[in-house]
Amino acid sequence: MSLIRFQHISRLYQMGAETVHALRDITLDIDRGEYVAIMGPSGSGKSTLMNLIGCLDTPTAGRYELNGTDVSDLDDNQLAEIRNREIGFVFQTFNLLPRSNALRNVELPLIYAGMGAEERREVALGALASVGLTDRIHHKPNELSGGQRQRVAIARALVNKPSILLADEPTGNLDSRTGVEIMALFEELSRKGNTIIVVTHEEDVARHARRIVRLRDGLIAGDETRPEKSA
Amino acid sequence: MNLLTDLREGLKISWSAIGANKMRSSLTTLGIVIGILTVSLMATALAGLKESFLRSIAGLGSDVFFIEKFPWDTDNAWWKFRSRRDLDISYARVLARESRYALAVSVESSGSWPVQYRDKSASSVWVVGNNEQSALVRQLTVKAGRFFTEAEVAGGRPVCVLGADIASKLFANEPGVGKKIKVGQRTFEVIGILDKFGQFLFVNMDNQVIIPITRFMSDFARRPYVLFMVKVREVTQMDEAREELRGILRRIRNVAPGAEDDFAINQQEIIVKAFNRVGRVIASVGLFITGLSLFVGGIGIMNIMFVSVNERTREIGIRKAIGAKRRSILIQFLLEAACICLLGGFLGLALAYPATLVMKNYLPASLSPTVAALGLLVSLLTGVISGFMPAYRAARMNPVDALRAE
Repeated sequence: MSLIRFQHISRLYQMGAETVHALRDITLDIDRGEYVAIMGPSGSGKSTLMNLIGCLDTPTAGRYELNGTDVSDLDDNQLAEIRNREIGFVFQTFNLLPRSNALRNVELPLIYAGMGAEERREVALGALASVGLTDRIHHKPNELSGGQRQRVAIARALVNKPSILLADEPTGNLDSRTGVEIMALFEELSRKGNTIIVVTHEEDVARHARRIVRLRDGLIAGDETRPEKSA
Repeated sequence: MNLLTDLREGLKISWSAIGANKMRSSLTTLGIVIGILTVSLMATALAGLKESFLRSIAGLGSDVFFIEKFPWDTDNAWWKFRSRRDLDISYARVLARESRYALAVSVESSGSWPVQYRDKSASSVWVVGNNEQSALVRQLTVKAGRFFTEAEVAGGRPVCVLGADIASKLFANEPGVGKKIKVGQRTFEVIGILDKFGQFLFVNMDNQVIIPITRFMSDFARRPYVLFMVKVREVTQMDEAREELRGILRRIRNVAPGAEDDFAINQQEIIVKAFNRVGRVIASVGLFITGLSLFVGGIGIMNIMFVSVNERTREIGIRKAIGAKRRSILIQFLLEAACICLLGGFLGLALAYPATLVMKNYLPASLSPTVAALGLLVSLLTGVISGFMPAYRAARMNPVDALRAE
């Protein structure tokens, strides 16, 4: 069974008197362990799609099953729980809490999951080690480089062992060399069996994925899967 | 995530948020400091006023009845009681003889006259007619000489007992006992001088001249206002004593069965009750007015919390994205407001404490633990109430919009 199952999903926005169709009747399945890139120019609806996949938003029409649960009609608190358990977000602007150090940032999802302090610290240290930041755990975000910040964000996204790693332009604020490093980390995570969805408008980034879904004007314009990833 | 973890985490976040905006937080809390300061000072002053009044009223004695023409507590007009027959001093004997509950019966009538000894004089001295039992009932003690006897009262002897102040005024360097003084137009022999008594109901009790009631009736007053003070043996039997006295008086005054009493039996309790009634009004008005400053402080908190929520919209978005529920966000901001206010409460009390020490010079008042605890509770409540709207707004934010915020 698919991990993500979109059935005839539409999302409308009311902008004053005008109705914007951000997504029109999208049907899409993503399986466990897939590495998918969602591409499209700005205004194509890819951010809306990401918000829906990440349970930050709910569709206007259609049905969204995540990990076997229908999440299209859940309320705010139920969605928060699903996000905490199922989704790990990686943002273009990192979105770390500026006043908290790396360890505390990574602990945050565990706090909201209700994990005890000692176990929490241990799990968070493990996640930071897996992204190679063991020596930076007490640094605050402004004491870290862009690449390190994004690694903290990835550690935070992975710490709850979510079903999906959902990345929104993860290299958008990084120089190209650091960007390559981050993409290598994603590939490694993919090899280990994580389901990764990257939203991007950069072909270079999308090329790392095994499947590319292209959006245009709120519709799926292409969906290609490569048997072997290109180097 | 349970409530306890929410509270603990919220507390951590609040402290770091307050710490990150020290200047702003301390300016905001100033409103609460002033509010709690004024409210706790007002509460302390009110408690002090009450205590001071109760102390002064305690001189009446909780075991003493005051039998008079006029009741102390009445909403009826005084003219209803004015037409009552005067009380006669002879009741004192009857009451003392017939009442089983009465320990002593004092009769009293008084007025103001000049007093003179040789070249020294005092213009308006409180002249009191009493009987031999008055010293006991009025808790007067004699420093030199003696109080007058039953025989002297019965015979209407021209003798007097002086209060401490008037005695030292008339007899600066000589013993007063045995001297003759003029009270009004009459001459009296000083047979005793009282110990210092102090003020009672804001009247100086040491500026009085006490003479036998019989003498007072014949020499000073044409139609005096007479009252009896009956000291009861057991303070636990006040109700029975009152009923007994009432029966005796009705008989003496020939009140027809079923007719209303034409006299009043008063006691200290009545004054306390009346005072409490007025005191409650004063307290509510006083606390309301000082509470306004707390209200203004609360509005300041609300204002700054809205700013805080606005500033941290993105943080709220991040927290929600990684799984914070509405309750967690609500508690986080509520606690921030509550912490600022509680801090203000502690500071306000810390400032109020030395101020109450100064107040102690004028009133029997001190900052009570109850007032302190209430002050902290009120400051906490102010924080929670004024923080609620901003926190609620934060909790209800849409994560997509919040994440997009700059």
